[in-house]
Amino acid sequence: MPPRSSFRFSRRQIIRGLLATTAFGAATKLNACAAGPTESTDGAEETGGTADEIVVGFIYVGPKDDFGYNQAHAEGAAAMAAVPGIKIIEEASVPETTAVLETMRSMIEIDGAQVLFPTSFGYFDPYILELAAEFPEVQFFHAGGLYQEDVHPENVGSYFGYIDEAQYVAGVVAGHASKDGNLGFVAAKPIPQVLRNINSFTLGAKSVNPDATTQVIFTGDWALPVKEAEATNSMADQGIDVVTCHVDSPKVVIETAEKRGIFSSGYHADQSPLAPKGYLTGAEWDWVSIYTFLGEQFVEGKTLMAGDIDHILRGGLADDFCKLSAYGPAVSDEAKADADAAKEKFLAGELVIYEGELKDNTGQSILSADEKYEQQNIELEKMDWLIEGVKGSIDG
Amino acid sequence: MVSLSQRVSVPARRSLEAIVLPVAALAVALIIFGCFCALAGANPFAVYGSIYQAAFGRWSAWQNTLIRAAPLMLTALCTALPARLGLVIIGNEGALVMGGLAAVVVGLNVGTSLPPLVAQGAMALAGMVAGGLWIMLAGALRHYRGVNETISSLLLNYIAIALMNHLVEGPMRDTSFVTKPSSAQLDPSIVLGTIPGTRIHFGLLYGLIVCVLAYYLIQRTTFGFAARTAGGNIRAARIAGLPVGKLTLAVCFLGGSAAGLAGMVEVAAVQKRINESVVSSYGYAGILVAFVSRHNPLATVLVAVLLGGILASGGILQRAHDLPDATVLVFQGIVFLCVLFSDSLYGKLPWFREMGEN
Repeated sequence: MPPRSSFRFSRRQIIRGLLATTAFGAATKLNACAAGPTESTDGAEETGGTADEIVVGFIYVGPKDDFGYNQAHAEGAAAMAAVPGIKIIEEASVPETTAVLETMRSMIEIDGAQVLFPTSFGYFDPYILELAAEFPEVQFFHAGGLYQEDVHPENVGSYFGYIDEAQYVAGVVAGHASKDGNLGFVAAKPIPQVLRNINSFTLGAKSVNPDATTQVIFTGDWALPVKEAEATNSMADQGIDVVTCHVDSPKVVIETAEKRGIFSSGYHADQSPLAPKGYLTGAEWDWVSIYTFLGEQFVEGKTLMAGDIDHILRGGLADDFCKLSAYGPAVSDEAKADADAAKEKFLAGELVIYEGELKDNTGQSILSADEKYEQQNIELEKMDWLIEGVKGSIDG
Repeated sequence: MVSLSQRVSVPARRSLEAIVLPVAALAVALIIFGCFCALAGANPFAVYGSIYQAAFGRWSAWQNTLIRAAPLMLTALCTALPARLGLVIIGNEGALVMGGLAAVVVGLNVGTSLPPLVAQGAMALAGMVAGGLWIMLAGALRHYRGVNETISSLLLNYIAIALMNHLVEGPMRDTSFVTKPSSAQLDPSIVLGTIPGTRIHFGLLYGLIVCVLAYYLIQRTTFGFAARTAGGNIRAARIAGLPVGKLTLAVCFLGGSAAGLAGMVEVAAVQKRINESVVSSYGYAGILVAFVSRHNPLATVLVAVLLGGILASGGILQRAHDLPDATVLVFQGIVFLCVLFSDSLYGKLPWFREMGEN
């Protein structure tokens, strides 16, 4: 019975194969168990063993090379790693769920981290607050204006830049570059930080072209590449010739603008390699300087708890918290001159962006002629209006 | 050889097949993943060791794993239960969001007016009903209009997420919370706590209980038998007089309610309010868990723990081995593919199906 004999043959083969697989699996398992403990003790020696080395953990919500928010922080982290006596550990793509709690905990318990930089805005409440209460000896630094003195734990600090100053200067460049003053802004969500960037960008453009308008489109989320591309394309179709954005990764917006042959202005990090022709400039974070500064403080043994490090670190262009991308080839000399002048004023502390008289885009008065909001004004962190000249509404 | 085959009875071989195949698939996945790690410049054995350590090495690691596994047990049932009826439902994420949304609405309205346990019960119930109705919609479209339930449930995910985003950006928005558009915060008294002595929230217990109940329902009741019969041969089931339509709706409702409960747990134990963070792929990971466990609710618990362990080890892969952050997704993807492939081997390997006639 030929079919039956071949049947048996294949059965034997299969059993042999299965045994081999199991054996290999078991062997790898055993090896793994053997390798595991040594691996972790090695790690412990490396971190906990050298008492003078400070372990700093960085956590990012997306990949470290996103041409955006996370890349800006990762570049800063790399600069801190260069400070002698600092060892950094990093983890990317950590969602704002219990996952970030577990990551912070394991950085503290396994890697011996004494300082943590959970960089995403949404990590703060409730995750950082929860762990900060549990580990009072560990310092937590958060980028954003969420920290409140006397309310939040002593071991939590916040640092943040007035990047809207850079957006204002970028607006000046955009106002010059646009033919008819039609600008576009692809925004993620209508939260105060984003609105502030839209308004400052628009005010910058209006300072050189009073008729300039900014069409804003809210995509609804921080990373929606398809919607960002659609928004950019529809702006190009409408005759808008400069776009900028506030999303986690401006990559899609900048690349789409370049393909459509319109100008673009970057955000978070330098995107000029993505748009060699149309990239004008961009509002970038400069975490390198603040992270290097903090790293040096840690090495000297300074802490938030002892009061040696300020709980609130803020600054704009003048304090190196943010910077502008180098001007692209399309920027005219006139635009450069105006933009440099605005920048100089910021550096000298002479320029106030929100100065009366200001109206929002529904005609409501925001500031009367003799009023102004200085950068530190808390009202700016509660912003829920769009300035006159912005087309769009915060309700979507 | 002959004596071995004679010693193992046919039913025993069947159940052995159900164990050997997934285990072999996992082993193959580990080998492929090892090659990937080697290519990425890491020692595969050290990586396996780290995964083991980070997932199951000590009590703290176990807690990490179990916290991540808890929502997966529930979302997996959203695929696993309808699968017994022959439906492929992948609307887990949407049902989770709808469940979380309903739970928050109830939780915010109830506030402190009811005792905490009653309030939590009401939230859980609301979450289950909302998630259940959501998936029942896909079931109804399937039964009455012949719409493919896989596509419709997938699309329902996007609708649920958009609805949630719309509500937290508009009508339900708490403007004092500036981090991201969110609903108001639940009263601390009705938040689900942690199991004493651990940092694991009570959602894990919900998951375990619901999985056991689901197993009992499907394997040990007339209802479950009817559902499995309809799943096996729908025509035969109709001829036998089974109410296929009602079964479809009921099973879809139960599946969706499990995912809805996961949403309730996520908002009541973790987020304490609802916002976009609730959309964090627990639903999609649940589909993986359901397929790997071959839609058996008890196996779901084990597989969820395994996947929870894989997710828990994601950090250590980056920190100790300098592997890219997507490595853990690569591992998850390889496991999924291997298991799906092994699915096609059921009944094909002669030893397992050898009948007495030889």
